[in-house]
Amino acid sequence: MESTEWQCWIRTILAPESLGLSARLAALGPRRYPPPMSVSPEQARHIAKLARIAMSDEELARLVPELNAIIGWVEQLSEVNTDGVEPLTAVIEQKLRLRDDKVTDGNIRDDVLANAPEAQHGFFAVPKVIE
Amino acid sequence: MSLTSKTIAELRDGFRGGDFSAREIAEAYNAAVAAAKLLNAYTVETPDEALAAADIADQARLGGQPLPLSGIPLGIKDLFATIGVDTTAGSHILQGFRPTYESTVTANLRKAGAGMLGKLNMDEFAMGSSNETSTYGPVISPWRRRGSNVGLTPGGSSGGSAAAVSALIAPGATGTDTGGSIRQPAAFAGICGIKPTYGRCSRWGIVSFASSLDQAGPMARSVRDCAILLEAMAGFDPNDSTSLDLPVPQWEANLSSNLKGKRVGIPKEYRIDSVPAEINALWDQGIEWLKDAGATPVEISLPHTKYALPTYYIIAPAEASSNLARYDGVRYGLREEGVKTLDDMYAATRAAGFGAEVKRRIMIGTYVLSAGFYDAYFTKAQRVRALIKQDFAKAFEQCDVILTPTAPSAAFGIGETTDPLAMYLNDVFAVPASLAGLPAMSVPGGLDGQGLPLGLHLIGNELDEQTVLNAGLAIEERAGFAARPEKWW
Repeated sequence: MESTEWQCWIRTILAPESLGLSARLAALGPRRYPPPMSVSPEQARHIAKLARIAMSDEELARLVPELNAIIGWVEQLSEVNTDGVEPLTAVIEQKLRLRDDKVTDGNIRDDVLANAPEAQHGFFAVPKVIE
Repeated sequence: MSLTSKTIAELRDGFRGGDFSAREIAEAYNAAVAAAKLLNAYTVETPDEALAAADIADQARLGGQPLPLSGIPLGIKDLFATIGVDTTAGSHILQGFRPTYESTVTANLRKAGAGMLGKLNMDEFAMGSSNETSTYGPVISPWRRRGSNVGLTPGGSSGGSAAAVSALIAPGATGTDTGGSIRQPAAFAGICGIKPTYGRCSRWGIVSFASSLDQAGPMARSVRDCAILLEAMAGFDPNDSTSLDLPVPQWEANLSSNLKGKRVGIPKEYRIDSVPAEINALWDQGIEWLKDAGATPVEISLPHTKYALPTYYIIAPAEASSNLARYDGVRYGLREEGVKTLDDMYAATRAAGFGAEVKRRIMIGTYVLSAGFYDAYFTKAQRVRALIKQDFAKAFEQCDVILTPTAPSAAFGIGETTDPLAMYLNDVFAVPASLAGLPAMSVPGGLDGQGLPLGLHLIGNELDEQTVLNAGLAIEERAGFAARPEKWW
């Protein structure tokens, strides 16, 4: 994305709210804005399942274009040359500390359970898993 | 001058000098908090905690041993675990959660003598730039456009903190910043806020959003107050594996607005024509103020700036989707009843407990981390993040501090921004420093044509909060920003 396109994108996003997002993205033209790798409704349903969030068909239908707009937008990273660049995992260089292999905590069962929606006999209780 | 219009430094010094008691301060603030419910800034009020800390402070003063923050009551963002006091991160899924432990940052503040006025409203799980995603409803900014009574957002996610400090219902507050959540609301509310270097403040006991970015910091009415609070909040904590094992500098004692010999970087990529002219004009004014303080401006280039926001919107949702997996209806928070299987209980609980923006981000995060996409999105974003960090490293060979605007607009109306992407753009100037883990601060610079505050943004090199604070002080002295919202609440 050239600098002018960056400016164009900002201008478009900053455009009056009366213009819907899709209209504003469309204003950029298909070449400037690579068509997003489409997330299909089935894929979205699969992602919702992985994320353990129950979603109705209606909700998914609303979410799919939003996801596509966002995913299409982040896809511009593919144009950055990152050959030979190590992925950044620690933003401030530091060695991961090791601590002594000693028990430093514990005996706080009641504290741990204090906020459980359901606790029985000193355990977290969940719906029956095995019939 | 009423007690609530004093800065923290003034309260501290007046309390020590015996001009007023800690109890008087706490009572004045408790009354102000109780009278400002229209702002929706507090989710929980804890007047008794404020009074209890005040009484201890008054005793300590009589004994001749006041602590650094004795007599100062603070507002605490609802993201910090506070023992026995509801901590919900603005989310329905955590409603009723009362921690049995205290976050390190708030424990440090208490150890320094501070009291707590209550918990401050925020965007759900700190995901938002307008406070509209909170389960408690939006905070209403105390500021209004001249001649208008349209409700404005205080920014976000630390919107309750920003509104409380600017409305004089807290002398200072804690905030957290993942991609601008201290700085953008500070700018919208005409106050100061600093995000220190990643690792300065312990993340232990702060509800996690994106762990490689989350960092706590203070929000207050002056640069000095920010230095005072940050000194108390920061420090090594073995409970946080990314906590920096370094002594806490004496930021307040070393405050100086003399910038002789300092070079101020002006990144050309941040000059965007479509940003309101007033914001670019204030930026130019900021350069003049820093020159007047003895600094030399130098043009710098941060070539990967345009990729910062998309990088952030891969990394932050990815980390969030992982962090928020813990809300499963088993250990704490909401559980949705009436479903048969454990799997259905998870899905129903999370469907009922999370709001729309949180779901959106969990979905994006799950997608970019899912099999087949991980390298294309997440690893790629981590590589671009390394380039963004490199940009700053190179820039700091040429300069000591960087000056930019804080946000691309002044505060906007509640409900005005409905597109997720347009909302994300609020942090276009704030996000790069977050990705690079650098200290950064917003300081009020002036008012726009509609009478709303605009902020100037200072980014420092790793661990160099001092230069950020000093440049902030130089701007504060020259801007003479004294505007306060007219009381309507």
